[in-house]
Amino acid sequence: MSFDSIYRIAGSAMNAQTVRLNTVASNLANAESASSSAADVYKARKPVFAAIYENGQLTRSVGMGGAHVQVLDVVTTGREPQRRYEPSNPLADNRGYVYYPDVNSIEEMTDMMSATRSFETSVEVLNKVKSMQQGLLRLGEI
Amino acid sequence: MSIQIEKAFAVHAQAMEVRMQRSEILAANLANESTPGFQARDIDFSSAMRQLEQRSARSDGARTLELKYRVPHQASQDGNTVELAVEQAEFARNAMDFQTSLTFLTMKFSGLKKAIEGQ
Repeated sequence: MSFDSIYRIAGSAMNAQTVRLNTVASNLANAESASSSAADVYKARKPVFAAIYENGQLTRSVGMGGAHVQVLDVVTTGREPQRRYEPSNPLADNRGYVYYPDVNSIEEMTDMMSATRSFETSVEVLNKVKSMQQGLLRLGEI
Repeated sequence: MSIQIEKAFAVHAQAMEVRMQRSEILAANLANESTPGFQARDIDFSSAMRQLEQRSARSDGARTLELKYRVPHQASQDGNTVELAVEQAEFARNAMDFQTSLTFLTMKFSGLKKAIEGQ
């Protein structure tokens, strides 16, 4: 029955979007976490998604079959931290600078909305497939 | 005269098989909505049905249907060709078509039952 692979595909998508929402929450929560050196400051995290085809490969399969989503890794964005001159901050270095993370709040908010929509889509897919399977189970009941 | 079950259910059982496989492909498209470089795929229903018909004639049990790539209305920067609205609409339509096939099959069942009971 190919229904269980649909459940698995939708489940993998929900899992991936949850990881994405997790990173967004972490980035937004730490947007104002200052540090006294550029090396120690919090760095924005982003998940990397990849499609895993039914044959277990990253390449496209020739035959039938869907593709799961897998979170390959969570990487830091690699942007420079912001340096602000705040001599009154207790974390300021000897020249009066503090370092803030490279988090762009607007970018994170849009990312959050996109992840939420994708998650809702997967829930919708699950509901539809559920009603398809229920219909199939009731087949023959006259 | 005997009733042949395969003939009685006609094309609906095959149609449901194609619908089910198509829903898997569409679910995969929707799942990979934010995967960079993912190319949306789909089944052409009429050619899949023809293929299934030939398969049952030959009965060699080849289960592979031909997949085609979706042509996006607007290409995206990261090479992903999934368009959420299009895929959602196709998925909903496919689910409805599945229910239609189910209804047809249920009607076939009730017709057979009436014929057997002779009422």
